[in-house]
Amino acid sequence: MDSTRKEWLLNALIATALLAVPLWALMANEPFIITLATRIAILAIAAVGLNIALGLGGMVSFGHALYLGLGGYVAGIAAHHAFSGTTVLGLPGTNQMLPIWAIAMILSGAVAGVVGALSLRTSGIFFIMITLAFAQMGFFFTLSWPAYGGEDGLPIFVRNQFPGLNTARPWDMFLLSYAVLIAALILFAMLRAARFGAALMAIRQNPDRAAAIGISPFGIKLVGFIISGMITGLAGAMMADLTRFVSPAMLAWTMSGELIVIIILGGVGRLFGPVAGAAILVGFEVFFGGLTEHWKLWLGLVLLGVVLFARGGLIGLLAGRAQNG
Amino acid sequence: MADPVLDLRGLSKAFGALKATDDVSLTLLPGEIHALIGPNGAGKSTLMGLVSGKITPDAGEVRLGGQDITALSVANRARLGLGRSFQVSSLIPEYSALRNVMLAVQARQGHSYRFLKPVMRDRPLRDEARAILSRVGLDSRASVEAAVLSHGERRLLEIAVALALKPRCFLLDEPMAGLGSEGTARLVSFLQTLRQEAPILLVEHDMDAVFRLADRISVLVYGRIIATGSVDDIRANAQVRAVYLGEETSA
Repeated sequence: MDSTRKEWLLNALIATALLAVPLWALMANEPFIITLATRIAILAIAAVGLNIALGLGGMVSFGHALYLGLGGYVAGIAAHHAFSGTTVLGLPGTNQMLPIWAIAMILSGAVAGVVGALSLRTSGIFFIMITLAFAQMGFFFTLSWPAYGGEDGLPIFVRNQFPGLNTARPWDMFLLSYAVLIAALILFAMLRAARFGAALMAIRQNPDRAAAIGISPFGIKLVGFIISGMITGLAGAMMADLTRFVSPAMLAWTMSGELIVIIILGGVGRLFGPVAGAAILVGFEVFFGGLTEHWKLWLGLVLLGVVLFARGGLIGLLAGRAQNG
Repeated sequence: MADPVLDLRGLSKAFGALKATDDVSLTLLPGEIHALIGPNGAGKSTLMGLVSGKITPDAGEVRLGGQDITALSVANRARLGLGRSFQVSSLIPEYSALRNVMLAVQARQGHSYRFLKPVMRDRPLRDEARAILSRVGLDSRASVEAAVLSHGERRLLEIAVALALKPRCFLLDEPMAGLGSEGTARLVSFLQTLRQEAPILLVEHDMDAVFRLADRISVLVYGRIIATGSVDDIRANAQVRAVYLGEETSA
């Protein structure tokens, strides 16, 4: 079996498992497991966003928590004003997910546009540091912004609504997250296969060559970075609704690191890398976190093993090298 | 005389005290192969960098088809028809030979901001890339990753990529490097047909190839052009023999 078919089979398996396990939990009345699966799905959406920048474009953003946090605060602030019946910038709050998602994505895209325009002129360690610096600015801003809880964070008393679903029920919230994850994965696959993806991946491998044939690296990378930020921003809004809480911790640099770890564990640039990575991370947190509070030490060892012996992450280990045809 | 396709006027570039390019003027006429030769360290790479746009000159200008392109970026120059191959093979290593050429066709068309339609199902794009690959004799290797191709095949793929750009002129940076005598012979005859498509500015170390191909030769020494002329002129030029050919032909 060639590795492309192996990868599709593996992807189908992962997608099915992520649906089957919470379905079983629904039957067995284990809402905690449904919520775990929802967390995996939402983290995976955030990582699919980062995977466009990092996996396809080779842009190692160490600041994607900024977009996650932006999305989270959009959801939190909208719900806060809807709950208290007050306005923000002259607009009423809302407890509807769809407008919240739209605002979260537009705002994240705009901020990613500014961050990208300023940081994509650099590369390597400088790019990493500039993206980190912007995320830290966001972190300290939310920390010292008393209107929305400051360092205490902002609770969402009632989960925001989605037409036709009862989002307060874990299964409904899971289905919604799963559907958005599948949509994000389809978008990723389409971008990767299209001319845009061809240009973006070429720039990652050899920017000088891309420029020499007339493809300007800066513009392509900037557009990729903006799309990347928008998807991670959407995940942030959903994450805030899942935990019904948003705080500066969502913008912390450790969160940016976690997203990178997810992608490395799952497989950089691979379609289902973010899903596999998020499942590994959450799995570790639950199983080893129950045994010892030092579970991150064991995660670190696994990460070390992946970097040393399985560069393609879990997907690469099971399906072989990526085929770019 | 026909208007030059590529026209370099008084180009200068210094790195500190080193004048890597010193008041270089040079023209590339329609249909010709103009070879640029010079000993190591003569400033050939800097001059190629100035023409391609990688390096900004301190003085002088670069004109393509009568248009001043001195202020344009590498990508914009390429889009205007400056087709460049690299001294060290510089391809997209994880892409197959076919995808390398497809990318060049895509770049020429200027349609890289297309987000939904899969490139591999883009028949016209594929077919054109395939036709170009078969022109350079690489059709049987179309699906092989560039990183896995042999050195000679990569040089041919470089040419295929340059062809796909349908440029107004070719800028070939040592295309024969490391090819061996048989490969060189094949490439020489190929370049003879390539010149009918667009004139070629050829930087090359292989003297035999240069003498067989070039209509005009310019000799670069310490950043200056010390002579420009036909093959016979250059062979006969005493100064050129002293600084350059003397060491080469006796070797």
